[in-house]
Amino acid sequence: MSFKALMLATAMSGALFAATGARAGDLTVGFSQIGSESGWRAAETTVSKAEAKKRNINFKIADAQQKQENQIKAIRSFIAQGVDAIFLAPVVATGWDTVLKEAKEAKIPVVLLDRDIDPSGKELYLTAVTSDSVHEGKVAGEWLVKTAGGKPCNVVELQGTVGASVAANRKKGFEQGIAGASNVKIVRSQTGDFTRAKGKEVMESFIKAEGGGKNICAVYAHNDDMMVGAIQAMKEAGLKPGTEVLTVSIDAVPDIFKAMAAGEANATVELTPNMAGPAFDAIVAFKDKGTVPPKWIQTESKLYTQADNPKAIYESKKDLGY
Amino acid sequence: MPLRLPRIGTSQIVALAAILAINWVVSPQFFDIRLQDGRLFGSLIDVLNRGAPVAILSLGMVLVIAMRGIDLSVGAVMAICGAIAASLADTHSLPVVLAAALGAGLACGLWNGFLVAVLGIQPIVATLILMVAGRGIAQLITEGRIVTFSSPELAFIGGGSVLGLPTPVVITLALLGLTLLIVRGSALGLMIEATGGNARAAALAGIGTRLITLAVYGWCGLCAAIAGIIAAADILGADANNAGLWLELDAILAVVIGGTSLFGGRFSLVLAVVGALIIQAMNTGILLSGFPPETNLVVKAVVVLAVLLAQSPRLKGLGSSLFGRGK
Repeated sequence: MSFKALMLATAMSGALFAATGARAGDLTVGFSQIGSESGWRAAETTVSKAEAKKRNINFKIADAQQKQENQIKAIRSFIAQGVDAIFLAPVVATGWDTVLKEAKEAKIPVVLLDRDIDPSGKELYLTAVTSDSVHEGKVAGEWLVKTAGGKPCNVVELQGTVGASVAANRKKGFEQGIAGASNVKIVRSQTGDFTRAKGKEVMESFIKAEGGGKNICAVYAHNDDMMVGAIQAMKEAGLKPGTEVLTVSIDAVPDIFKAMAAGEANATVELTPNMAGPAFDAIVAFKDKGTVPPKWIQTESKLYTQADNPKAIYESKKDLGY
Repeated sequence: MPLRLPRIGTSQIVALAAILAINWVVSPQFFDIRLQDGRLFGSLIDVLNRGAPVAILSLGMVLVIAMRGIDLSVGAVMAICGAIAASLADTHSLPVVLAAALGAGLACGLWNGFLVAVLGIQPIVATLILMVAGRGIAQLITEGRIVTFSSPELAFIGGGSVLGLPTPVVITLALLGLTLLIVRGSALGLMIEATGGNARAAALAGIGTRLITLAVYGWCGLCAAIAGIIAAADILGADANNAGLWLELDAILAVVIGGTSLFGGRFSLVLAVVGALIIQAMNTGILLSGFPPETNLVVKAVVVLAVLLAQSPRLKGLGSSLFGRGK
């Protein structure tokens, strides 16, 4: 029986490879990655390689070490090598016109990953695959409104770094998400600088300022790391995060799934590290059938709760490099 | 130059009391303390607990500054030592973990001391090297991710308590006592002040200034290691990108608020710790106040300016001459 199953599996995977291979096997894609600025970035690199392998695409990654000049050099070298497409995760929004024009003249389509560039360069790239951080906040807010179920709910908010556009957008989105529910309101909001240590310190103060935490119904954090710190603060104060106090945060890093598996966190909204997958699909369709993708491909902001087998997700995510 | 009376730090203690009083106004439950799982719990305890890393850094920094030096690398050294402690915590026993982390901190400090005392590089440049490179070293150790651990022994250093007091507070008090004993219990303090005041004169008077400089930077590195271990133990993980980030500036500020001059010479260990508590009392107060986060830094700047102006002898002279004329 097992032999038969094995044969079947081999035949099927063979067919699968043949199918994808026929489409994309001879494609070469160069990716100018920003560098290793965060765990998420490392995971994005890992996932991009896996997605390329899945599609049998020849994939070259150039690490720019957070420098635009290195990215420009990498793009020029990709053009010289005559790759079929270039992926770019731009470290800054401006200064790309010259090099992207060179790519356009060489008829090599460019796809932006994760970050956008200034609108003046809109004609110079094929499409941009990014997430919508306002939408992420909105998904978090809507989950909370649904879970609070009409009961009055005081929310404390741990903001990201002051001045960061992601922080501003996630705040705006959350406020949109809870706008329709008068029972859910933000009672305190402070910055935790996107870090665990500050998240913990700020949460300690919130707990004291809100009657030992008795007035807090939910915590919303702009990223999971701050939430991990806040969960520790709640536990040390004798509160039970996940049951007494609801938690919702954004990013879906492995450690928040660990907390969810332990029943200490409720929900997270994923900022998917898989930006390359949709980009590959767009490039393959463009090369094969000439399908021009929309100017913006929005990645899914998927909501995960304790019901989604957090333990298994933790296992699958922990080796991605987060 | 006539001998001045030892400073008793009136202006620092008044400043701390004033900030605590303001905290009490913005948050009436500020002084409430209760017992939670055998541990004291309240905003005042938070000030002590969260202030501990900077207080410990300032214990090392104050001696370096008294020698007319400065150590910009303490934040990066915190990150290195926290990364080492967290990486080893689950596979090695606590003494090994602590020895490795403290040893690394000492080595970093001695490296700074070597650059300053032996090669004669200006302290701000010498320690800038490790400030920049050190965070990179820490990131290499953690491979850029947040290394978490579950060892309860190491966690105790950050989140445990001794007789109800959080462990970091106990460690700070013990270190303050130890430093006072070593520095003030012997002639070492006097030698440090003499070297800071006039290194050449001190050397001619027979003080081994080179050895003392080396030792003081080594001590500063050791203090940074302890602060780094506490920071990692607190969040049960090492965050190489953010651990100790900009804390060197807080430590220098604490020393300056504590009345020690950046031009070296006389110093006060106790007032440096009070300086650290002033900074933390202000931080905690801002968090409790409910002000929008955009105003955090402005509030901090105004408070620090007020505290420093209150200490300025020239301003005091100006004030008394103005009011004196009115009388």
